Amino acid sequence: MQSCHKLDKINIDESKEKVVLVGNPNVGKSIFFNYLTDSYVSVSNYPGTTLDISSGEFKDYIVLDTPGVYGVSSFNDEEKVARDIILSADIIVNIVDAVHLERDLFLTQQLIDMDKKVIVALNMMDEARSRGLEIDLEKLKEDLGVEVIPTVAVDNKGLAMLSDTIHNAKKGNKSLSSEMEERLEDISEKTENNADSLLILEGDQYVASHFNLEALDFREEIYNKRRNRVNNIVENILTKVENNNSIGDKIGSLLLKPLTGIPILLVILYFLYQFIGVFVAQTLVGITEETIMIGMYEPFIIDLVSNFVSTNSLLGKILIGEFGVLTMTVTYIFGLLLPLVAGFYFFLAILEDSGYMPRIAALVDRGLNYLGLNGRAIIPMLLGFGCVTMATVTTRLLGSKREKIIAIFLLGLAIPCSAQLGVIAGLIAPLGLKYFIIYVITIFAVYAIAGTFLNKVLPGKSTDLLIDLPPVRLPRLKNILRKTYLKSKYFIFEAGPIFAMGAIGITLLKEGGILYWIQEKVAPFIVGWLKLPKETTEAFIMGIIRRDFGAAGLNSLALTSDQTLVSLIVITLFVPCIAAMLVMIKEQGFKQALMVWLGSWFAAFAVGGIVALFI
Amino acid sequence: MTLAEIQKGKDFKVKNIPDDMIRIQTLRMGISEGSKLNCNEKIPGGPVIVKHNYQEIAIGRRLAEDIQIELFTEGSD
Repeated sequence: MQSCHKLDKINIDESKEKVVLVGNPNVGKSIFFNYLTDSYVSVSNYPGTTLDISSGEFKDYIVLDTPGVYGVSSFNDEEKVARDIILSADIIVNIVDAVHLERDLFLTQQLIDMDKKVIVALNMMDEARSRGLEIDLEKLKEDLGVEVIPTVAVDNKGLAMLSDTIHNAKKGNKSLSSEMEERLEDISEKTENNADSLLILEGDQYVASHFNLEALDFREEIYNKRRNRVNNIVENILTKVENNNSIGDKIGSLLLKPLTGIPILLVILYFLYQFIGVFVAQTLVGITEETIMIGMYEPFIIDLVSNFVSTNSLLGKILIGEFGVLTMTVTYIFGLLLPLVAGFYFFLAILEDSGYMPRIAALVDRGLNYLGLNGRAIIPMLLGFGCVTMATVTTRLLGSKREKIIAIFLLGLAIPCSAQLGVIAGLIAPLGLKYFIIYVITIFAVYAIAGTFLNKVLPGKSTDLLIDLPPVRLPRLKNILRKTYLKSKYFIFEAGPIFAMGAIGITLLKEGGILYWIQEKVAPFIVGWLKLPKETTEAFIMGIIRRDFGAAGLNSLALTSDQTLVSLIVITLFVPCIAAMLVMIKEQGFKQALMVWLGSWFAAFAVGGIVALFI
Repeated sequence: MTLAEIQKGKDFKVKNIPDDMIRIQTLRMGISEGSKLNCNEKIPGGPVIVKHNYQEIAIGRRLAEDIQIELFTEGSD
């Protein structure tokens, strides 16, 4: 057993041999994991990351899943987690996409170079065949020096064979030069295992510091040699019988060409709006929030709790009051957010599994460059229309701290979440097209100006787009549902306690009279500068708690068309809801979050006032 | 010439990728200095999409401006 220390962060039985599943992104790893483990699966969060690690039992082994990576190193969170688990592995099942041998075998060769026992599952053999690719399996086995099992995981082919041969995993043929082998031996005198030593030789600071060593700088030399070897292997074993483009390829190219890609994107966004904005946000939430939670659950819980706690006491207000932890918080999370978030993740999983997401990223890359972001940022931006809190969590996937700051600021400032969008749409529709256009242009302009400004003033440089475009495939419903379930569950666990804390905070502010005090102080400003009636202040204050509360609060006021427009602009640009704020504090620290908060106040009132002046 | 100047459909050979991190990342995806690739699509003002067998990679425009290439025609190696 080696390097067990790295896995003490997650709870597994250390006495058993560990089988670790490793592969590039989108190679179908999860199907293998589910097949091997079947039941007894536990999912634990890997500390310090958003990543969940699934572990389960298979025969006498512990099976561990890893995030999809292109290689073993420490470039991002996924890689760091995968690296730790791989280092602790006794046996590695490496899943390889038969269509992308050149890319995937690089990882395979690295695992072999790490001196690990490896068995290769050559997946998507059907797709390789239909593309006219012939792979000489015997030759591949011989070149790599490890067992290779052909599979079509989605059709359950080859999986039984793989699980019967896992014990045959063995060390393969390395790509290292004799000079590197010698250096490796030197380091291994201190680390006592070649896997850690190889990563140190490849310049991995994290692994080196674990052994109190300095990382060496032979990465490029080793990588180049490995790349050459992989290219030679592929040349040796792969024959292209015919060069036919699949339907997937043709669709893929239509999705990318701006002439066809942009109209298709707009149509898909329209469907997204119909699905989330209309069906989920109105019809479904109408049932879950109004009928079930407010109609049935809240009276029940208030009745139950009031047997033990007086509704007028502070504790009573905290638990079952207007912003109660057991009333509003529960209703908000399960009645409103859960359907919206699950709906969004469902849609997003389809975009991801079909291979469309990276193509959208490529299409919008140019536009986002002006804001100091790259195409990847489209994911948090789209999610923001679902729930800004959820989107803020996903900004972790962006390449630099600078991009995270810009994305979080834009999300907090100018992206209305779906809860709020429903109410805004309801208020603005009766005013007619002119108001609608002014609203959209104003919000969009603020978004673009704020992004451009931040891009100018923030120091440093944003990262450029460099992504792999997977083939366009028909997504499998089972995988989509599984992803939706896991991500929604994660979101509820992450955001739930934060919403509860926010609710307690607001109850205390209200009971302490501070909320009323703020309301009195800002009222003159609301009347004088925004030309709105004094009562709108209350709606704005409510917006601090829940953005849709703020918008809904405007519903009950008698406002002119101009006033409605100004108040909607203010409420959209206004501070993010309390849960989004708390997530921002967690992600970016208090100072950063406070700047977003103050910036939003300023932008909302400045822009609202300017619009009020001109209309 | 740079990758940003390539025309859609043309074959080319990668000559130089100056950024260390980018060079390592592309190396892992299957592209190294000396690789022969095809420009599959060019989004106006946006990323260049390069193709190597069945592997497609989108490369942001600014990044493409830093990558040195050389046009490649059958017979010239």
